[in-house]
Amino acid sequence: MKVKQISVFLENKNGRLAEVTRLLGDNAINLRAVSIADTADFGILRLVCDQPDKARDLFQENNFTARITEVIGIIVEDKPGGLAKVMTILENNEVNIEYLYSSLMNQGEKAVEIFKVDNIDKALKILAENNIQTIGKF
Amino acid sequence: MIWNKARECEDLEKRQHRQLADLRELCFRVYDRVPFYKRKFDEAGIKPDDIKTLEDISKIPFTTKDDMRVTYPYGLLAVDESDIREIHTSSGTTGTPVVDAYTHSDMEMWGEVMARCLCMAGGGKEDVIQNAYGYGMFTGGLGVHYGAQTIGANVIPAASGNTKRQLMLMRDFKSTILTCTPSYALFMAEVAKEMGIDFKELPLKAGVFGAEPWSDTMRQEIEDKLNLQAFDIYGLTEIIGPGVSNECSEHHGLHVNEDFFYPEIINPETGEVLPPGEKGELVFTTLSKQGTPILRYRTRDITWLWRDQCSCGRNLIKMHRLLGRNDDMLILRGVNVFPSQIENVLLRIEETQPHYLIIVDRGDSHLDEVELQVEVEESFFSDETKALEKIRKKIHDELKQELGISVKIKLVEPKSIERSMGKAKRVIDKRKL
Repeated sequence: MKVKQISVFLENKNGRLAEVTRLLGDNAINLRAVSIADTADFGILRLVCDQPDKARDLFQENNFTARITEVIGIIVEDKPGGLAKVMTILENNEVNIEYLYSSLMNQGEKAVEIFKVDNIDKALKILAENNIQTIGKF
Repeated sequence: MIWNKARECEDLEKRQHRQLADLRELCFRVYDRVPFYKRKFDEAGIKPDDIKTLEDISKIPFTTKDDMRVTYPYGLLAVDESDIREIHTSSGTTGTPVVDAYTHSDMEMWGEVMARCLCMAGGGKEDVIQNAYGYGMFTGGLGVHYGAQTIGANVIPAASGNTKRQLMLMRDFKSTILTCTPSYALFMAEVAKEMGIDFKELPLKAGVFGAEPWSDTMRQEIEDKLNLQAFDIYGLTEIIGPGVSNECSEHHGLHVNEDFFYPEIINPETGEVLPPGEKGELVFTTLSKQGTPILRYRTRDITWLWRDQCSCGRNLIKMHRLLGRNDDMLILRGVNVFPSQIENVLLRIEETQPHYLIIVDRGDSHLDEVELQVEVEESFFSDETKALEKIRKKIHDELKQELGISVKIKLVEPKSIERSMGKAKRVIDKRKL
């Protein structure tokens, strides 16, 4: 299953991240996964939440540049080698990973990793064939 | 020393007599040979013979930068193409440049006026002139070069950049006069310090600095750091290049080579000619230029003119160091830049909108540092940093292509650049000029 991720452009200046999180909190949107890609001048906040469309609209209304991208939430076993197993499958099938980060949610003995890949449909097919579960909804 | 005493100290009445004769000859010549000027005269309802006194010049319509652009390349040429010896264009590398075509006699005149300027700065045959203005289409490098050759000095055509080599040449060939932009002079001082070169131990005595605006504070700093006497030089491609006017050792105004370039100050709103001492827009007429003669060119530079008994002996009219401009042109590292050029580049790049802000400052390097803030639009925003870096590089490269200078691009959040009802504020100039 594909998951909607929101990316938000942030200048490197005080208080911008705090403002983003306040905006989500004040509007009862629950964060599921967060990461920041940073450069010398700016950052890109990537997040997964329970109401992506609402969150995107909210950001845009508040003068942030935001967009939705499709990513995969892969359920990996929460033990040594859990992530390696998934990576090997993707590598053997020539699916390139643009970036990945961990979500804040645990499902029993399992963890959820957010993957951005170059070919999402191919990746989903391969993961299904290898009995790797992906998450549909947060 | 005065290069051409007969002309530079000439009796005023005699000079004005010749200015009028040249002006009349110029009017007949361009009316006959340049359809652009014939049309201008006809539209204004005047004939060359209507110019009977110097004051009559006010009857002639102005020539603007736009006129020079629409007549590109040879619309203002008053001689056969085979009589052109050299072409120069304006320093900005934007779309349509302004052309200056020089005949043999124009080249001699350029050498003459530049020789006068270098002499005003104390130059002579025994000097070693290190010319760190850019060589090429830009008039700065070759203009100084011809002047230096005219006075018989030794020219080191170092051109701009490669600062360490520049300083090595200066030390090893014992340069006595440096010619470059004032900000580059200060940059050299910094590099010299790093290299352990002490200007007090160099024979450098004078610097002829121009092509960009500078202040008295900057002059003081240059004189202190480079241990020389700094002279302001003024010129523009449209008229000849460097050599229009220069400071003498009195450092009180720039002597205009008025026997070749007839200056006026006008009210920029009404076009009315203002008397000496009044501040306004500087206008020039090239009295004897053959290739591309220019009548009443509006420079957009703000200054004033006056005549005094200069201790140097010259009685050439003086102009004050430039006080600013009455358009939005910026001079960045000696290059003329209009905000509209930046706007055009952003419009040309499909992804970007022309929401921008230019911030100009002189940092520790003393060179103009230009930052362009561009708002990140939905249209090019991405979840991946490399995509944003790519667009930033694209803006940078396109601007470099357009302006000829490197600009730092900063991506900013949308709406962070102030919107205003009327004319948007596009430029923040923090330089103290």
